[in-house]
Amino acid sequence: MANITEKSEKLGGFELSIVRGGSGKPLLMLHDELGYPGWMGWNEALAGDRQFIIPRQPGFDKSPRIDWIRSYRDLGGYYARVLRELKLDKIDVVAFSAGAFIAAEMAASDPDIFGHMALVGPMGLRPTEGVIADFIAMSMRTHLRATVADPFETPEFLKIYGGEMTPEQFENFEDARAETARIGWEPFMFNPSLPHLLQGVTGIKTLLVWGTKDNFTPRGCVEAYQKAIPSAKLVEIKGAGHRPEIEKPAEFVAALKQFLAS
Amino acid sequence: MKIAYFTERPYRWVNEDVVLKNKAFFAVPNTHFDRKKGSDDYNHYLDEACYAEEQGFDAVCLNEHHGNPFCMGNVLNVEAAILARITKKVKIVLIGNPLPVIKHPLRMAEELAEIDLISRGRLVTGWVRGAGSEQYFNNANPAYNREMFNEAHDFIIQAWTKPGPWRYEGKHFHFRHVNPWALPYQEPHPQMWIPGVLSPETVLWCADHAYPYIGLGTSLGPTCDLWDFYAEQAAQNGYQAGPENFGYLVPTFLADTEEKAQELGRGFVYGGGQNAFSAPQYTLPPGYNSKGAIRNLAKQPGGSWLGINREKMGGGDDGPAKETNFDDVRQKLIKGFEKGQRNLQLLIGTPKSVIPKIKQIMDVIRPGTFTFFAVQGPVSNEDRMRCIQLLGEHVIPEVREYAKKIGLMDPFERKTGSVKLTHGTKRAPVVDREALKHFKFEA
Repeated sequence: MANITEKSEKLGGFELSIVRGGSGKPLLMLHDELGYPGWMGWNEALAGDRQFIIPRQPGFDKSPRIDWIRSYRDLGGYYARVLRELKLDKIDVVAFSAGAFIAAEMAASDPDIFGHMALVGPMGLRPTEGVIADFIAMSMRTHLRATVADPFETPEFLKIYGGEMTPEQFENFEDARAETARIGWEPFMFNPSLPHLLQGVTGIKTLLVWGTKDNFTPRGCVEAYQKAIPSAKLVEIKGAGHRPEIEKPAEFVAALKQFLAS
Repeated sequence: MKIAYFTERPYRWVNEDVVLKNKAFFAVPNTHFDRKKGSDDYNHYLDEACYAEEQGFDAVCLNEHHGNPFCMGNVLNVEAAILARITKKVKIVLIGNPLPVIKHPLRMAEELAEIDLISRGRLVTGWVRGAGSEQYFNNANPAYNREMFNEAHDFIIQAWTKPGPWRYEGKHFHFRHVNPWALPYQEPHPQMWIPGVLSPETVLWCADHAYPYIGLGTSLGPTCDLWDFYAEQAAQNGYQAGPENFGYLVPTFLADTEEKAQELGRGFVYGGGQNAFSAPQYTLPPGYNSKGAIRNLAKQPGGSWLGINREKMGGGDDGPAKETNFDDVRQKLIKGFEKGQRNLQLLIGTPKSVIPKIKQIMDVIRPGTFTFFAVQGPVSNEDRMRCIQLLGEHVIPEVREYAKKIGLMDPFERKTGSVKLTHGTKRAPVVDREALKHFKFEA
């Protein structure tokens, strides 16, 4: 089991809690709109030669909200400054859902910021077809259950969410959803100008990962990214929903490892 | 005391099973809206307001909701403008304009000024944050709800009082040219009354501004707690709160016989009543509640007045109800209807049986305004009008006399904040907790 630590650091002028685990070349992980779920099997599978750097997004859990951040673009700018202060140049990133939105904004603003960029079930662009699920208009339980194709076939999902919700979990989920609403409200979870800005970004190796049963980000989301970044490679994970990393971890890890080594 | 009449202006013609299957009124498809019936209803509710004036009510109240057959007041300023012209004496009380939802405080300032001018100074303007479902309907960011509420309120007061033209660059609103040419009839501006369901933050804000707070059918015990909370804050601000700072609204239905009142009064739980206003996922959108409120909700197994509890929010299955036979549901609703009466949160009966209950409420929470909330559900125009007549002929005179006897002054009789408290003086009570002890409330 990798050695996992968490520490709050003053970065970009504000306290930011960062989880670190594994050892080796740094790998930035940007969690989704529900927050960092904990150290999963896929993290462990990569931790042998990658050190995960996982910031808890401002406004989530241990990281205080930063009021001046009012959009995903602002958040991308903040994280870019964090990377500069941590001296993490041309870092590789794996980003999930709304985390992918952040990564895309960062890449659009600075094409040298990432070496490899893996976007999983990515939000951030208006889908070519369909809509990003309005998870704000769902109850928390419906939201959680909708993120995977079959919760009872996803052991790690049951591990995170299977029991009684503790008051802390309830509060953390509400905080996460509140902060996501605050900065992603309209247009909902996409930036209309982002595809235009991404078209200028050609130097970042990009992988798009999408579960074929994803109810949250329809196929139109990855198609939008393919249009904006024609060099992006798409890996579809058959039968997975919005969280292929816990639904089909072996396939996910294989695809990610191959990509990061490329 | 000011005695007011209020109706949600419900759309009465949706089959109850449709609402029960949807598990709430909000988001029942508008394919169920019959334009002719809707037209008849809007006109009838305006007639009710005029009739209430004839029957001696001091005020008629309006509220606003969106996308919801529970209330057809989608743009209360339109109705208020009509009432400004077709009524002569009553105060037109707005409970209230949902500032963060409308998102245009300058337009709001203009509309309300026009209403006040046409009515020749009878407007009482009130503000609300808007129910959770209004945020969705109007795409108003719930995470900024309170900020937008505060900023819009502050802006409107400036728009009415600061000589124009001037420019405003705020956090959420920006107006490059503020110079409204309709200013309110009342100087410096109409009174502002704030309705609520026991949010401590709102109550504190009201006390800081010395705005009357209107409890919307809230349970008496917690209402007393909140009135005390208000009064403490008022004392910190150097004034003694009194009846003029508080109002109370209670669902009421009167008929000529107890049996008829009980039968028709069930309209209050039609479709699930207030507790079925909107499904949980729409009622408390993320960011809408303060951190403190969420923390409290996280710890409590029980519910709030809106029927939202941690279990419901943590629950899922946002789809329609699967049962096709809703008789069990209706039985539960009837039990809730009966319990509501025992808890004095529903007043159903003849004038003779209801008047003592009203007096009991007045004894405990001592409000300066008392508002009767008309029945919901498919109750006929005739029965609704008869209720207004019974209130006017039998209830209002007694309530008015009793209010005078126990010293319940309204904010027009005594200006809120006008009774000063010198530093170090203990404030006087604003509720009668001895009178409260006579009640046994059911959870």
